Amino acid sequence: MDFTEIKLDGDWREWLGRLRRRAGRLLLILAGLLLLFSSWFTVGPEEVGVVLRFGAYARKVESGLHLKIPFGVERALKVPVERQLKEEFGFRTLKAGVNTVYSQENFDQESLMMTGDLNLADVEWIVQYRVDDPYKFLFKVRDPRETLRDMTEAGMQRVVGDRGVNEVLTVGRQEICLAVEEELQALCKEYETGIKIEQVVLQDVNPPDSVKPAFNEVNEAQQEREKLINEARSEYNRVIPRARGEADQAVQQADGYAVDRVNRAKGEAARFRAVFAEYQRAPEVTRTRLYLESMREVLAKSGKKVVLDEEAKGLLPLMLFDGQGAAPAAPAAGGVK
Amino acid sequence: MRLWIKAALALLALLLLFSSIYQVNETEQVIVTQFGAPVGPAVTRPGLHLKAPLVQEVHRFDKRFLEWDGDPNQVPTRDKRFIWIDTYARWRIKDPLLFYQRLRDERGAHSRLDDILDGEARTSVARHDLVELVRSSNRPFAAGEEMDSLAGEIGRAITIGRPAISAEILAAAQQRVKDLGIEILDVRFKRINYVEDVRLKVYERMISERKRVADQYRSEGQGEASRINGERERDLKAITSDAYRRSQEIVGRADAEATRVYAGAYDQNAAARDFYSFQRTLESYRETFDQQTALILSTSSDFYRYLSRGTGR
Repeated sequence: MDFTEIKLDGDWREWLGRLRRRAGRLLLILAGLLLLFSSWFTVGPEEVGVVLRFGAYARKVESGLHLKIPFGVERALKVPVERQLKEEFGFRTLKAGVNTVYSQENFDQESLMMTGDLNLADVEWIVQYRVDDPYKFLFKVRDPRETLRDMTEAGMQRVVGDRGVNEVLTVGRQEICLAVEEELQALCKEYETGIKIEQVVLQDVNPPDSVKPAFNEVNEAQQEREKLINEARSEYNRVIPRARGEADQAVQQADGYAVDRVNRAKGEAARFRAVFAEYQRAPEVTRTRLYLESMREVLAKSGKKVVLDEEAKGLLPLMLFDGQGAAPAAPAAGGVK
Repeated sequence: MRLWIKAALALLALLLLFSSIYQVNETEQVIVTQFGAPVGPAVTRPGLHLKAPLVQEVHRFDKRFLEWDGDPNQVPTRDKRFIWIDTYARWRIKDPLLFYQRLRDERGAHSRLDDILDGEARTSVARHDLVELVRSSNRPFAAGEEMDSLAGEIGRAITIGRPAISAEILAAAQQRVKDLGIEILDVRFKRINYVEDVRLKVYERMISERKRVADQYRSEGQGEASRINGERERDLKAITSDAYRRSQEIVGRADAEATRVYAGAYDQNAAARDFYSFQRTLESYRETFDQQTALILSTSSDFYRYLSRGTGR
């Protein structure tokens, strides 16, 4: 250290000369490095590089490492052609994620539009697109994104304006998307934006906020209608099959009665015929026999019996006491037999 | 001393070189002026170009399609309805020289476009009914579940429609920018909407219409339920009365059959009739007499006649 200092002090001219030579070399190396670094560039896998020479389009390069002429002679621009880009209308995503956060702002200006029947509908939708032609995208239109937004809004408003509010809110959704998509694609071509529309997707399509309760009321009324009808149907189903069964039961019972009745009649008739046939052979005696048999049975069963001589009149009142008046009659009856 | 002169000369040469070369970008077009007067046609080819140094000046203009976004405008339509309209247009500088002479720069162009496009849009809107501005065709609305519900103002069929009105504005505007070196590619309605208080009225109308539909649903439900209830009662009556009829028929037939069978047996001749009544009478004695029955019999009866006289006579 000391040695060097002594040397510097001793011969500063020589030291300056050496420094100058060294600085020249250093400068050369620096310039070389600069040249190297400013003459290559990388294009990402989803990108396409467009190289401009003195501001004029020179060539298009695919993804990878590429060389260009340095010192501002050639400039490289990169366009993400493979990336799917998205524009939101009527809402904004603040932070996408598992629980995506949406902006709380009101985009009524964008989303509230007139339908063909001069009602209003609140329509939110997105457009997914890709850069199809980087040259057109870069050089044909200033601010292609804003252009796309303008024409999308105009297209959606036009398409919705040609449809009834019911159609917009319910059945027409798919068809609206297709119509807007078609219109946008045609416009992109006309405006030479170099953009390809991939898809138009309707998000929420609602009636305006202050009309919503009325719409809900309709839904409720619809439910109520169904409920009333279902209740009536279930009551019907509760009552009618049972009544059918009961009706069948009544008919079956009648059938049973009929069989019973006819069989009995036939039986009794057959019995009568048989007895009658025998009766006819000896009617007198059979008659008497039957009479006497019956009388015996009847008299045996009945409680009080009074037998009056046919001559004795006016005795009846005397008999109206409750005694054993019946007793003497019974042996009498039995005695006859 | 000579070294200084050399250095100065070199510097001067470099300066001259740089001021005689200019670059035109892909998105630009350029006109060159010499002391304010334009020299030669506009340069639209991108790349490096030469000009006379120092005396000539380069003016750059955009070559791309440029945007123009109108101010939202409150305009009455022909049928006296106040609406906001928001239009946009695409335009480009077609003749940079003319453009430079008439408008100088984009700011000037925008202010002229504001005048022209806003004016034409106003004029056009005021000439047409609202429905013409909203609809583009007379396609029928696809029928939803509730076809006639939110009818709104379907009104009359349109005769012109939105695209044609846009085209009308475009044609008129193109005519007026012809000598400005500008070309308008397209003019469109970005947004058309009711002004605030009209919007509230529309909401009210929509609400009342919805209420009407709700009422209709409710009454439909009640009506349908009543119909089903009536059907139930009718079916119930039909079923029970039919069963009654059938069972009565069956019983009647059986009774008739039994009657026929009995008659066949009992009604053979007078003797049979007599025997039947005799037998039945005896039978009914047996059946009807019991412990409670009190009998007062005369000895003149057949049964007791032997009680008084052994001969029975």
